[in-house]
Amino acid sequence: MSIAIYIVVMAGVTYLIRVLPFAFFRRKITSRFLRSFLYYIPYAVLSAMTIPAIFYSTGNMVTSIVGTAVALVLAYFNLPLIVVALAASLGAWITGLFF
Amino acid sequence: MRKNSGFVRGLIQGIPIGLGYLSVSFGFGIMAIRAGLSVMEASLISLTNLTSAGQAAGVDVIASHGSLLEMALVQLTINIRYALMALSLSQKLDGSFTLPHRLLAAYGITDEIFGVCIAETEKLRPTFMYGIICISTTGWVLGTFLGAAAGEILPPSVTAALGIVLYGMFIAIIIPPSRKEKSVLCVVLAAAALSCICHYLLPALSSGFAVILCALAASVFGALVFPREEAEE
Repeated sequence: MSIAIYIVVMAGVTYLIRVLPFAFFRRKITSRFLRSFLYYIPYAVLSAMTIPAIFYSTGNMVTSIVGTAVALVLAYFNLPLIVVALAASLGAWITGLFF
Repeated sequence: MRKNSGFVRGLIQGIPIGLGYLSVSFGFGIMAIRAGLSVMEASLISLTNLTSAGQAAGVDVIASHGSLLEMALVQLTINIRYALMALSLSQKLDGSFTLPHRLLAAYGITDEIFGVCIAETEKLRPTFMYGIICISTTGWVLGTFLGAAAGEILPPSVTAALGIVLYGMFIAIIIPPSRKEKSVLCVVLAAAALSCICHYLLPALSSGFAVILCALAASVFGALVFPREEAEE
């Protein structure tokens, strides 16, 4: 089968998943449960995606844990996203020079 | 001034995403070539899909000559979380977000872009989202192209350290609100605990599906135990 058809199906399904709720859902949600649920969903998704995956993200558990610690401390003090992200990476890289 | 800064501000906010994507998609490019795709095809997949887990699974389906139905179901399962994110984002769109803008910007709803949008304290404007999407897509497609075409460009120590960039950004998004609100902290901890259970005790569960289950369970828990008042929005 042509690879182009695979790509069309892949891209089409993925786009529909994104566009249907985003473009055609106009009502304000009034259910208190649903509104609370939607408020919590992003934090839950990001948390579940990060833990425990972050501990394996550099391929070395020691450097990953150091990077995670750097990120946690800087995020606790409300530093901008890019500072936290790059500092975590820098921390992991420097640690990697020793371990 | 405030009105015109949307696109540029989006570009700046998207820098960590673009950098993270550059390194992640580099790996995807190498993987796609190994599966028998051309550099063009790999880049085209990244441009049209803009999603890591879905693309990796899609390449597997292509390599094993799976059916188109299998391809559709795999994408649906792995990417269904975007529907939840899109629904959540649809609640905080600015009035200037008309249908054409929605049709266009929907293309760029990814975990990371969603995270940055949610961290915004004001309503979302199309220009802001376009800024983030532009720099993110550039990083994603460029990384795929470089990975596929050149094999390895960066020294392994650097690519390994870059693997943590996206997660560092996630932490920067979830920690400040967790500090402020006990309810968010509880949901975040519940999701992390469930995710660890899935990872270590249910290794057969695919990671995309595990994220869906953990996030749904933790959010239902949050909505039941800590329902939010109207004024808190």
